[in-house]
Amino acid sequence: MSNSTAIAHDAHGAPENPHGAGHEEHPPYLRHHFENTEQQADAAGFAMWLFLLTEVMFFGGLFTAYLIYRNWYYPAFVAASHQLDIRWGTLNTGVLITSSFTMAMGVWCAEMRKKSGLVLYLVLTFILGLAFLGIKTVEYKEKIEKHHVPGFHYSLNSFLNPDSDAEAKAAGDKPLALDMARHTEVYFSLYFAMTGMHALHMIIGIALLGYMIVRARAGAYTSGHVTFVENFGLYWHFVDIIWIFLFPLLYLISRHANT
Amino acid sequence: MTDQKEMEESQHHIVSPVIYIIIGGSLLVLTGVTVGASYLELGIFNPIVAIAIACIKAVLVVLFFMHVKYSSKLTKLTVFCGLFTFMALIGMTLSDYFSRAWGRW
Repeated sequence: MSNSTAIAHDAHGAPENPHGAGHEEHPPYLRHHFENTEQQADAAGFAMWLFLLTEVMFFGGLFTAYLIYRNWYYPAFVAASHQLDIRWGTLNTGVLITSSFTMAMGVWCAEMRKKSGLVLYLVLTFILGLAFLGIKTVEYKEKIEKHHVPGFHYSLNSFLNPDSDAEAKAAGDKPLALDMARHTEVYFSLYFAMTGMHALHMIIGIALLGYMIVRARAGAYTSGHVTFVENFGLYWHFVDIIWIFLFPLLYLISRHANT
Repeated sequence: MTDQKEMEESQHHIVSPVIYIIIGGSLLVLTGVTVGASYLELGIFNPIVAIAIACIKAVLVVLFFMHVKYSSKLTKLTVFCGLFTFMALIGMTLSDYFSRAWGRW
C-alpha cells in the first residue's frame, strides 16, 4: 500500500516542480483555479463590487425611511436638524474626503511598489478615520447632554421652547405644536441609526487599516499582489460616499433663516 | 523584463496621483459649495441642489477614486445595474408614499 503511493508520487512529477508536470512558472499568489493574475484580480474586484451593492441596498432602506418621514414631518425635521452643528459636520466631511484621497494614494503606492509611501498613506488614512470618529463622539456627547437621544429620557424642550435653547434660538426657530415636536424623535432615531451604522463601518475600516499597516510594513502589498489594498480602498471610498449623502440630508435641511 | 512590465501596465491601468489631487480638491470645493448653497433661499430647489451636488461628488469618487472609469466593462455594468435597481426601488417606493391620499379612506 505504502509502496504504491510512493510510486504514484514518483510518477506525479519531479520534486523540483511540486505543482505537477507541465506547470508553468507563476507568481505565488495566483490561485490555481484562475488562468492568470489579471483574471484573478478581475474576479476579486467584481466580487467586491457585488458586496458593495448589497451595502447600497442596506443603506438605501435607511435613506428611503428618511425621505418618507422628512416628507411627512418636515417642520420637525427642520427644527431637529438645526440642533446639529454645521461646523463639525463640514469639518468631518473634509476629514473623510481627505482620508479617501490618502487611501487612493495608498493604492497608488502599492501598485508602484513603494513600501514606505504605502505605509505612510495607510497611517494617514488611519489617523483621519480616528479623527472622524472623535468629532462624531463630540457631537453624540452634545446630543446625550441635551436629551436628544430617542428613548425614555427624550426631551422636547428645544422644540417647544426654542428661545430657551441656544441652537434653536440662533436658527430663529418658532415653537412647534406638541404633536409635531414629538416627531423630532423620528429625526433623531434616523440620525443615530444612519450615522451609527456609518460609524460602525468606519470602525471596521479602521481595524482593517491597522491590520494592513502591520502587513504593509512586512512588504505584503508591494510585491505585485495589491488586491487586498485595492478592494479595501473600494470599501473605504464607499463609506465616504455614504457620508457625502448623509451630510446634506442630515445637516443642511433649511439652514437659511426665516422659513 | 520590459515586456513583462508593459504587459502588466496594459492589464491594469494605474491612475496618476495628479488626478487624485484634482478630484480630492474638487470634492473639498464642492463640500464648501453645498454648505454655502444651504444658506441661500432657493425654495424647493434647496434640497434639489444639495442632492445634485452630493450626486456629482459620488460620481467623482466612483469614477476616479474607485477606478470605475478605467475598469472592465463587467465592472461598469455591475455598478450601473446596482444603481439602476436601487433607483427603481427607491423611486417606486417614494412615488407610492407621496401620491397616496393619506387619511382619506
